[in-house]
Amino acid sequence: MDNIIKITVIDREGVEHVLDAPTDMNMNMMELCKSYELPVEGTCGGMAMCATCQVYVLSDHDLPEKTDDEQAMLDEAFFVKSNSRLGCQIHLKNELDGLKVQLAPASN
Amino acid sequence: MIETDIIIIGAGPCGLFTVFEAGLLKLRCHLIDALPQAGGQLTEIYPKKPIYDIPGFPEVLAGDLVTNLIKQAEPFKPGFTLGERAESFEKTEDGRFIVTTSRGTKHKAPVVAIAGGLGSFEPRKPPIANLSDFEDKGIEYIVRDPNFYKGKKVVISGGGDSALDWSIFLANGVANDVTLIHRSKSFRGHPDSVQKVMDMAASGKIKLMTDAEVIGVNGSERLDSIHVQSESAGNFDIQTDHWLPLFGLSPKLGPLADWGMEIDKNSIVVNTFDYSTNIPGIYAIGDINTYPGKLKLILCGFHEATLMVQSAFKRIYPDKNYVLKYTTVNGVTGF
Repeated sequence: MDNIIKITVIDREGVEHVLDAPTDMNMNMMELCKSYELPVEGTCGGMAMCATCQVYVLSDHDLPEKTDDEQAMLDEAFFVKSNSRLGCQIHLKNELDGLKVQLAPASN
Repeated sequence: MIETDIIIIGAGPCGLFTVFEAGLLKLRCHLIDALPQAGGQLTEIYPKKPIYDIPGFPEVLAGDLVTNLIKQAEPFKPGFTLGERAESFEKTEDGRFIVTTSRGTKHKAPVVAIAGGLGSFEPRKPPIANLSDFEDKGIEYIVRDPNFYKGKKVVISGGGDSALDWSIFLANGVANDVTLIHRSKSFRGHPDSVQKVMDMAASGKIKLMTDAEVIGVNGSERLDSIHVQSESAGNFDIQTDHWLPLFGLSPKLGPLADWGMEIDKNSIVVNTFDYSTNIPGIYAIGDINTYPGKLKLILCGFHEATLMVQSAFKRIYPDKNYVLKYTTVNGVTGF
């Protein structure tokens, strides 16, 4: 299908979900997870202000550099690793077909 | 005992607009909020963010919308219990509710409207296993009284405004020794505060440790020391009287979850006829409720508030006939 890519999300129980992600709806990874009712809070709605959508990027896709806001939020988040990103800052584009991420643990 | 017609739990946009709509029906309201100020998420999380989907406002800053909502509610003289979380409710013999807060303040009304958004804001706690052993025994997430730290040794963690501001304040003659630990070299807080902390670190008033993180806490009865992991200096302990992990706040449904209302995915299930819950007399509006087709939008919360107060009126005055009157007819008459 046009403008639909495959994204793999591993949930907090280790279960893999292969999701169809539209790339023409200006969506991000946090929103994609919510649209499939995966347990992602997205408390701040996608403003890089809460880190409840933190994911670990497992595939070697070239993601755009983090903005200062995203980096600053990750600097204060918990369970952060070198491959941590905020899902809300990963914009779904055709180049990300096959991207694989894992949900970071929910903080308290 | 505070008495009113509608106890509104949550002083965010939806709760504030409820005051206006209730006021048009001559119903008085009292708002309870865990935060020390009105506005909810809009004030606490994103006051400077523009909102584009408020009808009639092509663009409005979240903070400005709250200011306007407070102004709009003002003729109806709402009461406020701020900085206190609604904990429990009981029913009186005459069918009213008494809502008690975390500080024991009691409120009585025939109707309760829960406009609690995503819940009450609670401190974000770092994932350290034995953290809770030392809560209020050396570990505090909120500075309630700065004098508590007089002459003490204090370690603060975090990179936002509260971590920066309290480091500056406590290092200015309050605490004896202030260390600020942050996992990065850059800070999220206001640039002026960042500069001040850097200056105070240069002059030795604040001990600044960047690229470092507190990963453990130790003590017996009270906190004795924290365990730090630092990129440059490895792992080490710091003896301290207090550790303040200031990582901001996140909303939690909290005690409302135990009120006996039907809950689905952290939201309160309501009937879309009037946004009533399964407890007669308790309604839920805005982001905290759920129903088929629910959207968490401020404008939907305004609609829900408006329909809800009609039902609340009928509950409070079952024998009074009333029909909607447009505000254009006579304007708004306050209390």
